[in-house]
Amino acid sequence: MPEPTDRIPPEARDAVGSAAGGAAGLATREAESLEGGPVPGTARSAKARSLWTDAWHDLRRNPVFVLSALVIVFLLLIAVWPSLVAGGNPLQCDLAKSQEGPQAGHPFGFDAQGCDVFTRTVHGARASITVGVCATAGAALLGSVLGGLAGYYGGWWDAVLSRLADVFFGIPIILGGLVFLSVVTGRSVWPVVGFIVLLGWPQISRIARGAVVAAKQHDYVQAARALGAGDARLLLRHIAPNAVAPVIVVATIALGTYIALEATLSFIGVGLRPPTVSWGIDISNASTQIRNAPHMLLWPAGALSLTVLAFIMLGDAVRDALDPKLR
Amino acid sequence: MRPDGEAVLEVRGLVKHYPLTQGVLVRRQVGAVRAVDGVSFDLRRGETLGVVGESGCGKSTLGRLLVNLERPTAGEIRYRGEDITRLSGRALKAVRRNIQMVFQDPYTSLNPRMTVGDIIGEPYEIHPEAAPKGSRRQKVRELLEVVGLNPEHINRYPHQFSGGQRQRIGIARGLALRPEVIVADEPVSALDVSVQAQVVNLLERLQAAFDLSYVFIAHDLSVVRHISDRVAVMYLGRLAEVGTDAQIYEHPTHPYTQALLSAVPVPDPDARARRERILLLGDIPSPANPPSGCRFRTRCWKAQRKCAEEVPPLVVPERFRGTGGPAAHVSACHFAAEPGAPGDGEDAT
Amino acid sequence: MNEALLDVRDLHVEFRTRDGVAKAVNGVSCTVEAGETLAVLGESGSGKSVTAQAVMGILDTPPGRITAGEVLFRGQDLLTMGEEHRRRLRGDRLAMIFQDALSALNPVLTVGAQLAEMFEVHQGMTRRDARTRAVQLMERVRIPAAEERVGDFPHQFSGGMRQRIMIAMAMALEPDLIIADEPTTALDVTVQAQVMDLLAELQREFNMGLVLITHDLGVVADVADKIAVMYAGRIVETAPVRALYAAPAHPYTRGLLDSVPRLDRKGRPLHAIKGLPPSLTDIPPGCPFNPRCPRARDVCHTDRPPLYTVGPERTSACHFWQETLEDRDDAGARR
Repeated sequence: MPEPTDRIPPEARDAVGSAAGGAAGLATREAESLEGGPVPGTARSAKARSLWTDAWHDLRRNPVFVLSALVIVFLLLIAVWPSLVAGGNPLQCDLAKSQEGPQAGHPFGFDAQGCDVFTRTVHGARASITVGVCATAGAALLGSVLGGLAGYYGGWWDAVLSRLADVFFGIPIILGGLVFLSVVTGRSVWPVVGFIVLLGWPQISRIARGAVVAAKQHDYVQAARALGAGDARLLLRHIAPNAVAPVIVVATIALGTYIALEATLSFIGVGLRPPTVSWGIDISNASTQIRNAPHMLLWPAGALSLTVLAFIMLGDAVRDALDPKLR
Repeated sequence: MRPDGEAVLEVRGLVKHYPLTQGVLVRRQVGAVRAVDGVSFDLRRGETLGVVGESGCGKSTLGRLLVNLERPTAGEIRYRGEDITRLSGRALKAVRRNIQMVFQDPYTSLNPRMTVGDIIGEPYEIHPEAAPKGSRRQKVRELLEVVGLNPEHINRYPHQFSGGQRQRIGIARGLALRPEVIVADEPVSALDVSVQAQVVNLLERLQAAFDLSYVFIAHDLSVVRHISDRVAVMYLGRLAEVGTDAQIYEHPTHPYTQALLSAVPVPDPDARARRERILLLGDIPSPANPPSGCRFRTRCWKAQRKCAEEVPPLVVPERFRGTGGPAAHVSACHFAAEPGAPGDGEDAT
Repeated sequence: MNEALLDVRDLHVEFRTRDGVAKAVNGVSCTVEAGETLAVLGESGSGKSVTAQAVMGILDTPPGRITAGEVLFRGQDLLTMGEEHRRRLRGDRLAMIFQDALSALNPVLTVGAQLAEMFEVHQGMTRRDARTRAVQLMERVRIPAAEERVGDFPHQFSGGMRQRIMIAMAMALEPDLIIADEPTTALDVTVQAQVMDLLAELQREFNMGLVLITHDLGVVADVADKIAVMYAGRIVETAPVRALYAAPAHPYTRGLLDSVPRLDRKGRPLHAIKGLPPSLTDIPPGCPFNPRCPRARDVCHTDRPPLYTVGPERTSACHFWQETLEDRDDAGARR
């Protein structure tokens, strides 16, 4: 209930009137010189704005974001419906055409088995992007939650978690892959995703822990605590937005690594198995033939690079949009 | 002000030790940093209590204890007669409404990723009963106006403001819940001189308008004198001397206060020749290993054996008791005396 | 002496920033004689530290750029001489003391090694001799148990002790001129007093010129011989210290003096200067102080005031310096 005492007494306003005039007037002038560009200023000042609405407002106007988002949407589309782009069957191969170059109807040429590289590249998107995106999302989520909590609460929880992360960090990929994945039967991508998350979260958790430890020392976190804010509010509203930038950077770079990691696992025979098609499998197959058939490597590797680049650019744009100082 | 008003905060025997530990897996305590080591005082309604001391004397820890950012190792902080140091949950949250803090560094005390409207409005989100949802935005605008900022800037981010303006934002946040007590930890020391005066004046006006009690923590003795009704001098976790501003600044009886005051440069070149400086030897000892007896004895020119053996109590010195003079205020020194007075022991230089 | 120890003439420094060109120093001229203390007084952004960096040749370029001016040290222009020559002068004849001793000292070298290096590099001493000199120097700046502490690292010293080591390093080669940039701002008052006393004592002993850059009106009153007040990259007033405190000839100086609380008396409220210092990318036309000045009239918005000579060794960049000077007694009551 608004009590009368909650109102600001008129004498207080009078009292600060002189200071207000001077400082506020100058503030306007100073801020004008600061902003310069088409910063969303007084025009939309009537509406309450927050970091997220401002970030979205910025992103929509950022060509880097729009371009990378378009690329990602396109990649997701072909991952879901590959036949929209490439109608052929990636498993229908003709050994007679082994390693032949581009020709009519087959713009990317053929691989060693005589399969159409174009069709395989398009159909490979599903497995590769599923592994890349899901493993990154999983590792980022698990890593930042565990690392964030370790950094926030500290103490024995931090000690246990950091040691646990060290243990997973120390597992060699090949050996770990052989042990973990050989016990799994079935050919779906999910065991592979699970394995990569298991190996990938410690990296993110270290970064997240460090960022949270740095962010929580700021006075604004103390100020919110002094106001009576609970742990959830402190973490979600004050610490997370200020700790998320390094996590975004590392996660977007990890995305490419994870897609390549899937290839390694497939190469040693514990990852995806035919008939699953993936860029990783194609890249590792092509890498032995690089001298006589470079086009076999070029297209799946190019698709992988494009994907990684798009996510890295998206990550950069989001990170910058979440930093009001860069506006 | 009303120096004889009722006490809003009563601090009794407040102690905060930070354990020093060793070992990786099995931690054992090897000692403690005695940041605050037995501090008692009252804060009266509507008054400003200045707390001065050098870095490491525990004044910032004291401030954090007062607003319940830290739990004391021992002692009580009573707000309206109720000990708030053991509260938790709902009761603690209710008390927080009434005791707020203004921080030192205007660059780290505001979340860079929140708009000014969100920063000043956050108290209402945490305490929804303080303002109905629809009225919050308007209240934030009023607060901006009260602290001398343009209400139109409600959607700006902290980095778009100067240091002094940011400190005003911090003050507005502290005021939002209409607290009774504001603990200000070095609120102007990061600001330029000309801006410092604006913020000090603002704090004084707000105190009168909102009937606030301040605990004003600072190392700048001049600013503290300007704003305070009473002053507490702190050294190595303990209070050395407490009195009204005139008692402390014109009739200090503790040698540390005297040395501190004599070291402050006065913006008056003619005072250069007149001043008698007491140059203290050495640095403040480590609070992890404070001297026995009187904490100040290692740097004190009056120190005798008694000072190493007995902790001087914070009382009105016997020789001044009942005189009613300005020197009759509490001072934790076995040999308390006004500077230059007979019985001042050795020469003060 | 026919030529000054340091003679800065019409120095201009710019910085390239995201928001445009920031004019940090706009025509600063000043002189320092041997044995003299010049205090450069100003708030943050007034250009006082940039001036010092330009004089010392440690300005970061880019983004900084010296666009005009001369810095004459014993008649030689530091800005045009070769880098090799200049580097030899620096440390040898010119030295600087920084505010933050912890970051100015190398954290992975012992203080003894850092002090000894000065002698090894500049005077070609042997390691053993240099170490002996380092200990002597630490004793000279009154570091207790210097012999034992010469092997300690910077972080093992307290703030006051570190600042003493900085002073020792600056003094090592007995320079002619020391520039001290806020040397005591980070220190506690009791320690600040010790360090300022030490600095003043050493200055007398070696008859050095001292440029003291500070925002603290109290420190200035304590040690300076003459004062240069800076605002928005310009010197707005120069004066001998007593004359300036007795009667400032620029409204900004007046405002500064009125806005500091005094230890020795209790008056209220403080006369704050309204508003904020201008952004260096957008300095107002005319007098840069005009938006905040209680005396500003039309001419102040259009004409930039030159440095008027207003008395013996006194200048002021105010069109209305005369009334500012005369107004001294009722200035407090008027506002």
